[in-house]
Amino acid sequence: MSKVLEESVDLSLSTRTVGDRTVVEVGGEIDVYTAPKLREQLVELVNEGNHHLVVDMERVDFLDSTGLGVLVGGLKRVRAQEGSLRLVCNQERILKIFRITGLTKVFPIHESVEEAIAATD
Amino acid sequence: MATVELRFSASPEHVRTARLVAAAVARRAGVDESVLDELRLAVGEACSRAVGLHAVHGLTSPVRVTLTEAEKAFTIEVGDDAPSAVAVPQGKPAAEAAEETDELGLAVISGLVDDVEVVADDRGGLIRMSWPTLDASFS
Repeated sequence: MSKVLEESVDLSLSTRTVGDRTVVEVGGEIDVYTAPKLREQLVELVNEGNHHLVVDMERVDFLDSTGLGVLVGGLKRVRAQEGSLRLVCNQERILKIFRITGLTKVFPIHESVEEAIAATD
Repeated sequence: MATVELRFSASPEHVRTARLVAAAVARRAGVDESVLDELRLAVGEACSRAVGLHAVHGLTSPVRVTLTEAEKAFTIEVGDDAPSAVAVPQGKPAAEAAEETDELGLAVISGLVDDVEVVADDRGGLIRMSWPTLDASFS
């Protein structure tokens, strides 16, 4: 059975720190309704001095252009602080949206959180 | 005549409902399971865009979605009441921001849907998207 009609929580967010990296685990749906919550979280983290972010999207069921916009906004913010924003995603349907919009060239996308944490430019 | 029509107040929280309804009707109409995710995303983008346009223009009217099952195609139309893009106020930060998201949304739609038109009807803008359906004997 496809997940189309399945109920799910809107959006879940949790953060943890690994060395100088802050991992943001995102779950659920990132769309025009929930994206502001993610934006708030990213802005807060950067304002608190967390400038190296890893956004783990493995539990994201849905992502639209509003969500992409928030991630681009987050990237701009950390770059202004000479920081980084890396994504973790293996889901083809999510990756496809990054490819369609050309954003695979903008974001470093990793296969695992460990890989993203270990990565340097 | 549309198979299902949906009108919702132009608020972000209703876009998910529109996505779910569109996907359910599309499945029933025989749209291939493999494209339902893309259909859901495309409808969501079109509805988000309409909601954004209504907000920018201060419109209180609902967003219109029609889902039409024909012999060989399933068509979704998402209509807004916003004046044509040419008339969008220039030089305002809010409008600029909306325009940027707007472009990204349209890029996603055109990347996902082969058969798509962005037109204007008597009320405002209209995004029309179609997907092929399986053989009629299937349903």
